[in-house]
Amino acid sequence: MDRMKILLVDDEHEFVTTLAERLELRNMKVSIAMDGETALGIVERDPPQAVVLDVMMPGLNGLEVLEKIKALDPKIQVILLTGHGATKDGIRGMQLGAFDYLIKPIDIDELIEKLNEAVKRMI
Amino acid sequence: MALNPKKWFNIRESVQTLTNLDSSADRYRLLQRNIRILMIVLTIVPLSMMALINYHQYQSSLKQEMIEPTMLLVSKTRHSFEFFLKERLSLVKSISYFYSYNDLCNEKTLNQILFILKKEFVGFVDLGLIDGSDGTQICYVGPYNLLGKKYANQDWFQEVTLKGAYISDVFMGYRKFPHIAISVHRVEESGESWILRTTIGTSMFDNLIAAMGLDADSDAFILNKEGIFQTNSRLYGKVLEKCPINIPTGGFSTYVEEKKDPNGTDIFLAYHHLTYPEYTLVVVKPKSTVLKAWYALKSDLFFVFLASSILIVIVVFRLTGIMVNRIKEADHNREIAFRELQHHHKLSSIGRLAAGVAHEINNPLAIINEKAGLIKDLIQYTPDFAQKEKFSALVGAILQSVSRCKTITHRLLGFAKRMEVEIENLDLNELLVEVLGFLEKEALYRNIDIGLELAKDLPRIDSDRGQLQQVFLNILNNAMAAVEDEGRIFITTWEKDADTVAVSFQDNGCGMSEKTCRLIFEPFFTTKKEHGTGLGLSITYGIVKKLGGDIEVKSKENEGTTFTILLPKKSIA
Repeated sequence: MDRMKILLVDDEHEFVTTLAERLELRNMKVSIAMDGETALGIVERDPPQAVVLDVMMPGLNGLEVLEKIKALDPKIQVILLTGHGATKDGIRGMQLGAFDYLIKPIDIDELIEKLNEAVKRMI
Repeated sequence: MALNPKKWFNIRESVQTLTNLDSSADRYRLLQRNIRILMIVLTIVPLSMMALINYHQYQSSLKQEMIEPTMLLVSKTRHSFEFFLKERLSLVKSISYFYSYNDLCNEKTLNQILFILKKEFVGFVDLGLIDGSDGTQICYVGPYNLLGKKYANQDWFQEVTLKGAYISDVFMGYRKFPHIAISVHRVEESGESWILRTTIGTSMFDNLIAAMGLDADSDAFILNKEGIFQTNSRLYGKVLEKCPINIPTGGFSTYVEEKKDPNGTDIFLAYHHLTYPEYTLVVVKPKSTVLKAWYALKSDLFFVFLASSILIVIVVFRLTGIMVNRIKEADHNREIAFRELQHHHKLSSIGRLAAGVAHEINNPLAIINEKAGLIKDLIQYTPDFAQKEKFSALVGAILQSVSRCKTITHRLLGFAKRMEVEIENLDLNELLVEVLGFLEKEALYRNIDIGLELAKDLPRIDSDRGQLQQVFLNILNNAMAAVEDEGRIFITTWEKDADTVAVSFQDNGCGMSEKTCRLIFEPFFTTKKEHGTGLGLSITYGIVKKLGGDIEVKSKENEGTTFTILLPKKSIA
């Protein structure tokens, strides 16, 4: 099976790089974006199988980015990360087509499980 | 409470107390008393003043009304007396003009005159002719033998010679009944002088007095200038006795005086001095008779005053009582509303603060989580990692702590978030049983007896299932923490009224002090020390309020606690 191709989007550098490293350790191909525009650029150039997307970001926020990704390619699965305990953003995300949402701090095993499910659905 | 005497009555203070939120029992007692005093003073004082003014006005006008007729009567009767006496005097004078000395010397003529006088007028007793120079009775007709009697030394003789006419005071005749004598002096052209003298019985005086029609308590009589009775007095003596009441002399009008008579009775004395002879007509009326109407009015007045005073006092007392109670109630309600508002403010500001803190902490927490996770990964993915187990344990501990922090921040956010209420029609009993499912294992393990008394026909309600679950779980968790092993928790549901259903959770745990009871719904208040966030019950409170319900707690230390939750059948959200 091919390595899973994933895009991580989060404005917190330490978080996003560490998480990327961990996912790579688990045999995934991970690219990183620190803001929405960069992320959309990557999606256009080299579409990933799944995007892990932080909702709270400066500039374009997660939900806006989600909409744009879905507009570019509805097959790309998006898992939202909400800093809030609020389920509101999560639910809104689901309505916009997100696969699921996770609340920060996340459990790596849970994330991988969701990613696997998401990619399975994509196929 | 000892009252400061200076503060005994102070309107300003009373008004201030109205606006003061602090409520002590004394405050209302003082307020009530002050309002009562104020109202009673404000009503009774004008009433008393009116009563006093009326009293005096009525008294003087009534007195005047009673006195005036008496004065009129005295005046009229005085006229009758004067008329009577003048008439008799004129009669005698006329005879002295119509008849000559010689005619009158004739006993037969004299007798004839007396006969006519007796026939036509009342009271004539005798008629006599007296010599003007030596005062010898020259001729006499009448019941007594006075012929030859000498009057020269008597006062009346001197006076009649001097003045030409004379009316005597009353004297007792030989027949022992009162008379007056009327004498007229005539001087003939020849220079000879003579006196015509007649005696008249005074029964006419009695008739005139009787004609006044006085009532039984009153008296009327004639006095001479020495104060001797000229008629019988009903109250003060017989004719010719000295009158015990001193009548002022002088004046020619009717006078009224208030006096005390010798018997000590308060009397009105009305009198009039006759011009001639110098008699005084006196009318005596006891005050009690004159002022009978006044006394009746006075007692009526007093009764009305008393009755209205009593009525005022009763009304003021009742009204003030009601009023102060209303104020008390209003204050109480305001206080409750104020406290609730404060509580809400506190909750919402703490909520905002908590959300901010939780959110700010969540990001670094996520980084710690990932870093520690990466270390763990590296340890796992690197074969032959030195001290692998020790590092694994260390990282495990970090991750565990992160997890604990996460729980706290999530709870804080849960407290803070604006609850999105999802209303559905649900069966409260069903929901309770469902929630109890979560606790079954612990209850079984600790041998806690959970009793249920669920109303069979409890109506379904519109509410939020998830929120209610959290509420029931929170309260049941507290109950489980409060009871010892083998303790008892009892859950009851019932329909409280047409709009409300109720569920109560009763435990026989450690209970709470009154102070704790008051604080349990406050955010961050906890008795569990490091184990609790102090948010559980304040979240519970917030949810129940949000769902339009209410939550009550009753507790007694070492006996147990009962939480009662009231929920509306129809959702207000």
